This record gives sequence, C-alpha cells and structure tokens, in this order.
Amino acid sequence: MEKVVFKRPNSMREVSTHYCAGCGHGIIHRLICEIIDEFGIREKIIAVAPVGCAVIAYDYWNFDVTEAAHGRTPAVATGIKRVLPENIVFTYQGDGDLAAIGTAEIIHAANRGENITVIFVNNGVYGMTGGQMAPTTVIGQRTATTKKGRQIKRDGFPIKISEMIALLEGAKFVERTSIHTPKEILKTKKAIKKAFEIQIKNEGFSMVEILAMCPTYWGLEPVEACKRIEEEVVKAYPLGVLKR
Amino acid sequence: MGNKNRILITGNEACGEGAIQAGCRFYAGYPITPQNELTAYMSRRMDEVGGVFIQAESELAAISMVFGASVAGKKAMTSSSSPGISLKQEGISYLAGCELPAVIVNIMRGGPGLGNIAPGQSDYFQATKGGGHGDYHSVVLAPASCQEMLEFTRIAFDIADKYRNTVIILGDGVLGQMMEPVEVTGSRYQAAAREKPWALTGCKGRKPNIIKSLLLKEGELEEFNRKLQKKFSLIAKNETRFEKYKTEDADIVLIAYGTSSRISRACVNQLRKDRVKAGFFRPISLWPFPYRDLKSLDKGKTKFLVVEMSAGQMIEDVRLAVQDDKRVHFYGRTGGGIPSEEEIIEKVAGIK
Repeated sequence: MEKVVFKRPNSMREVSTHYCAGCGHGIIHRLICEIIDEFGIREKIIAVAPVGCAVIAYDYWNFDVTEAAHGRTPAVATGIKRVLPENIVFTYQGDGDLAAIGTAEIIHAANRGENITVIFVNNGVYGMTGGQMAPTTVIGQRTATTKKGRQIKRDGFPIKISEMIALLEGAKFVERTSIHTPKEILKTKKAIKKAFEIQIKNEGFSMVEILAMCPTYWGLEPVEACKRIEEEVVKAYPLGVLKR
Repeated sequence: MGNKNRILITGNEACGEGAIQAGCRFYAGYPITPQNELTAYMSRRMDEVGGVFIQAESELAAISMVFGASVAGKKAMTSSSSPGISLKQEGISYLAGCELPAVIVNIMRGGPGLGNIAPGQSDYFQATKGGGHGDYHSVVLAPASCQEMLEFTRIAFDIADKYRNTVIILGDGVLGQMMEPVEVTGSRYQAAAREKPWALTGCKGRKPNIIKSLLLKEGELEEFNRKLQKKFSLIAKNETRFEKYKTEDADIVLIAYGTSSRISRACVNQLRKDRVKAGFFRPISLWPFPYRDLKSLDKGKTKFLVVEMSAGQMIEDVRLAVQDDKRVHFYGRTGGGIPSEEEIIEKVAGIK
C-alpha cells in the first residue's frame, strides 16, 4: 500500500512564494504550518505579519492574518490575544522589526508575560529595503550601509535580544535555533512546537529566534549562505534554549 | 429638585463612562497630563465590566494594541494629550489604511513640543486634516461640557463601527479636568451592535480573513483610495453636526468650539444686552466641517469672529465656508491662555 510521506500542510496555500532562491522564510513558513496542522489549530490561529520581506506571508498562509505597523507587531498581537484569549496568536518578525524599531514592544510584551508566540527570523540584514545593516548584523559584515563591514566604533555591537528577553520574568520560553542543515531544521521545528504548546497551555510568552539565510544580501550562493551560518553566525549567536 | 441620576464628575471620567456605555471593552493608554483621570477611570471600570485595560509602554504601543483589539472586532479606545497624540499618528494612519474602527481621545494642551499642561486648541489641523501620512480623515467631535464628553464618546463608537473609521474626541484641558453634574444613567441610550464579518476571529467555517494596508498591485491602491474618498463623502453627508444660537438677525456671528465656545456663547448674551446683534455658531463635528450650515448664516454683510485657543487654525475652514476673508476676523490665545469675555467683547467692538 502507498503511504503519503510528504505533502503540503493544510495551513499553506497552494502558491509559490516571492522569496529569493535560498531564502530562509519559505522553510520557516512551512515549519509553522506543519506545527499548526499537527496541533489541529488552523481555525483558531490569528497571525501578525511584520513589515519586511515576510509582510505578505498572508498570501502563503491559509489562516487569519493581519499586518502591523513596523515593530508594533507584539503590541497588535497583545490587543488581539487579550480580547480573544481562546485563539492562538503568533507574530512573525524579522530582525529590523523586532530588534530595532520594535525593541520596546517586544521587551514589554515579554515582560507582561503575554500569552503569545513570537517567531523571530534573524538573517542579519534588512532584506526588503535592499540589504542595509540590521541591529543583528555581525562585526565586519558588509551591507548596503556598512560597505567596509560593520565597525563597532561607528555602528555599535550586534544585539543579542533573545538573551535580553530571557532575563525577563515574564518570558516563559526562549530558544535560538537555525535552519542551515536538515538536522537544525528539525530542531527548529521542535522549538516552534514547544513555543506553541506553551501558548496552548496558557503558560505565557514564548519565542523562537531562528538564524536564517539571506543569500541575496549576503552576496553568497545558497549553499555558501548555509555554510556561513555554521562558520560565522552561530559564533555570534550561540544556539540553544535560553529560557525554559 | 435634584436629578438622582446626575453625579459630579470630571470630563475625563465622563468620557470614560461614555465609552463603557457604548460597549468599549478594550482600553490602552499611557500617562500624560491633562488626561490622566480618564486612564485611571478606565483601569477601574474595565475591571468592573470584565474588559481589558493595559497601561502600555508607549503611545505607539497603545494605539497598536487598539489596532489589535479592533482587528479582533472589539470596540476599542485610547486617549492621550497633544504630544502623545503626535506619537499615535502612525497607528491612526494604519487604522485608516485597514479601515478599522477605533476611538481616540485628545485632551489638548499647549504646544508645540512638550509645551505645557494648560488647555489648548492647537491640534485642530492635526485632528481634522488627517494627521498621519496618506489621504484620510478621522471624524472629529468637539464636546463643550462634561455631559457632552459622555454623550459624544458614545456617539463616537457608533460612528466608528458604522463607517469602519477612526473617530477623535477633541477636548482640552479644561473639559478634561473640570467637574460638572452629568446625567450618567437613566438615559434610553442603547449601544449599537454591528456584525463584523471582516474581523479576525480564526477562520472556522469561513475563508481566512486578511487585514492589510499594503496594496502593491498596479492601480490597487488608487482604487482603494477612491473607495475611501467615497466613504468620506458619505460621512460628510450624514455626520455633520453643529449648534447655533441667536443667529437669525445676527450682524456678527461668533464661531468657536469646545471650551472657547462656552466663553463665546456667554459673550453673545452680554453683547445683546449692549444692543449688539450678535449670534453664535459652534461646529460640533470639526471634520466633517459644517461649511454649508455656516454659509447659510451669511446675509452678505454678516461679519464673523472666530475665537480659538490657538494662533488660528479653524479660521481656515471658516474662510473656506464664507469665501470673503475681509469679513472673517480672529481672536485667539496660545500657549495655554484662555480668552476672557472682556477680551472677546473688546475685539467685537473693534470690528468695523
């Protein structure tokens, strides 16, 4: 008898995405949808999309989604979850959205212990606007606004916001994962599952930071981009559970 | 005989009670004077009625929380005073772009910058002409008493839901902080309950709903703006409000809103005693502005005196209505100053 071993999750629409070759967003979108299907919560989901490359995630996801102003994503999610506590609410945010313009919103949503899930995609650049330096850009990394590479004296340090959030009493679960190998992708899926599970059990704020590839604005081939995470990015952003 | 239903409360509290009666069950705010009584009132009342109160980390977050609650189909409100309202403009523009209903209260103070905490009316342009980026309008209602703070806030929620639009209650520090007897209960008011099939509630039994203001396809955004403008025309047709007093035989009409309207109205009585044929016109909806109703008072030689607690903002709409700048005069105080009856009457005496 034939057995289905791989199929499109119900939570995903049957369309192709606009993402560049080798981009991490497609993988992460799918992982989220697989988890939502596994929990059987598609009809309870309300997602908040960021400003950035993933703003039109609603074209790919098959559940309720709203946009938010840049960085205000966790504040919008707070408003939704507080009035609809039975629904499952998650934000999907990039590093510019979460760790620069929305720093106050993410810190305070975590500190209030909002019962929401945050999927934080860290690829170290502003993709949608043309590859400028992000708060998470590593030292020496070349971007559209750091042509000679990020310099501490001029540009400051890469921000480890997940470590900051892990210090907050309101944060229940914080983990940093990556998607540069199949093994890491599976670990990421496990982390996303854990994060949603915490919300389903009404235990509070959960967040997964995912190191992702942006071959286009890293100036690398997709395979080289994965290697760069292994060799360079994980040194600046160590993987693992930061709060449980 | 005293009315048992009347209690002595501040305008800020009356506004909060109006929101509760209208069915508002979500409030997010941030401390700023002179509107703190409203935030404190909501923190107490939301607990009593099983609603949500959040003291937000900023005005930006507060308006975005309201955005979230509105996305979910709930009646939501935020309030602030001038500097804080400037911060909320981002969220108000997004609410407009997503056609989400919400009520925003601005208890104006003196500006620009941090200004002071005395009453002001210098946010008229910001409130009535859009305020944030893009082609949009909020409906702007201007109460002039604590009773109206309550009643206009109730109306605001009904208008917001009816048109899926933002509504601003534009008060000032006097209206927010003074106390007057207010009839809080016993009215026949019934909050309107509207179906919101567009709201995000989880896609059970229906296709997924999407709330967005990003419209990238060619022509899509222009088409949306056309639809918005059509809605604004409809609002202008249906929701223009004003009050007039002794205008039938008036040679000079005093025009003011909010706190300065109370002073101007009192001036009319004094001027009539002094045998000056003075009348009074008060726009209640500042947007949509009652252009035609104001113009209808113009007998060709009628003079108009605009009184504002600003350097002259509403006067531009009065000029648009009258279409004869020579007959439109102005008296204003700025930086927290309040015009006195004597000052206004002296100004009237000086108009040839």
